[in-house]
Amino acid sequence: MRTKKLQLVITFSNTPEAIKMEKYCQEHQLPGRLIPIPSQITAGCGLAWKTEPDRKEQFVEQLKQAGLSWEQMQVIEL
Amino acid sequence: MIYLDNAATTLHKPEGVAEAMTMALTSMGNSGRGAHEATLDASRMIYGTREKLAELFHIPDPMRIAFTCNATESLNIAIQGILNPGDHVITSVCEHNSVLRPVYRMAKQGVTYSLLTADEKGVMQYDQLPKLLKKETKVIAVTHASNLTGNVTDLKKISDFAKENGLLLIVDASQTAGCIPIDVQDMGIDVLCFTGHKGLMGPQGTGGIYVREGLRIASLKVGGSGVKSFDKEHPDTMPTALEAGTLNGPGIAGLGASLSWILKQGVEQIHEKELSLARRFLKGIAEIPDITVYGDTDAQMRTAIVSLNLGDVDSAEVSDWLWEDYGIAVRAGAHCAPLMHQTLGTEQQGAVRFSFSCFNTEEEVDAAIQALKELQE
Repeated sequence: MRTKKLQLVITFSNTPEAIKMEKYCQEHQLPGRLIPIPSQITAGCGLAWKTEPDRKEQFVEQLKQAGLSWEQMQVIEL
Repeated sequence: MIYLDNAATTLHKPEGVAEAMTMALTSMGNSGRGAHEATLDASRMIYGTREKLAELFHIPDPMRIAFTCNATESLNIAIQGILNPGDHVITSVCEHNSVLRPVYRMAKQGVTYSLLTADEKGVMQYDQLPKLLKKETKVIAVTHASNLTGNVTDLKKISDFAKENGLLLIVDASQTAGCIPIDVQDMGIDVLCFTGHKGLMGPQGTGGIYVREGLRIASLKVGGSGVKSFDKEHPDTMPTALEAGTLNGPGIAGLGASLSWILKQGVEQIHEKELSLARRFLKGIAEIPDITVYGDTDAQMRTAIVSLNLGDVDSAEVSDWLWEDYGIAVRAGAHCAPLMHQTLGTEQQGAVRFSFSCFNTEEEVDAAIQALKELQE
């Protein structure tokens, strides 16, 4: 098994919101990538953005500024 | 073949449409189902197409656009999703069955409706609107342009009336999306229903619906959404709320390519080219004896549709002669717009409809003029 480490995970209400987020992050050099939503956050399906755990404040600020919406933002072990 | 049936579907698609579809078919997965590159590529492409539609129709938020199979599906979503028993809707005699039949269906469930009439040229009689208003009126559902006459609806008049009276405005843009500039904000459109395969020059099986911010529509379909699998309710956020099931990835890829082409050309320029062909045709057939041309052909703003009849000859016969003897493809008969035919008095004869695309040429128009002259000799 791969060693787990802390990650910041952001979830969305639907797929287009996740893609919009990915586009924004790429355009603004924000690190991370889309992953299947971890079951620790919610059982089911969907996409989440995974990035470095210490970037929560930065993401909250920038996403709010850009008018992007998300459902949850949590630091978990992945 | 000289293809002059572009109001039915555009046959000549811009360069890049077929290639984009092939690319989607051969390399993209199912959007929103998984997180690998194949599915993400599909989702990225679909989001890109959404953004292009938003740019084309001046929609502030691309998320307010849901993809559908065609304008008919969009209109069914809008009309069946907004109206409830006891509500009243105003529509018009200029409508296609894609508006009329959902209204008739809702009428069986207790919705009432009134029809805005049109004059002998098929122009809506806007001054009649106040007489149709009831306290239960909730919606005005109208076409942006008649698929039979090519007359363009004065949406400003309709929209002003709707806003003055607190009504929602649903617009059927089947004949105008990609052909005439549309600005949903400026035109006060609450719900815009469009197809992808006519003026937008994408593939058949594509279409969409724009729902303005703050307006919720009950969906016709629920099911797979790619999110919240354990919820018993389908997600209610746009666009997923109206996009149950797998989207038409290859179709939307083709539509994305045609939209890129349209945005590069400019809708105004496309409209100018199409209208100049229609006007050349109108001028060329003006002197043909015993020809009847329908619609307000002198209007500045209209689509590139010219419907006509030769004497009292069946329109089906004329269209077949045009095809057999000249290789000219047009549409005849009734055009799924029964009340428009009744208004024009063409229920029996139907009408021969010529509809031009920006890819048609003046030589093709001249060939059609010559063919009609010979048929009438």
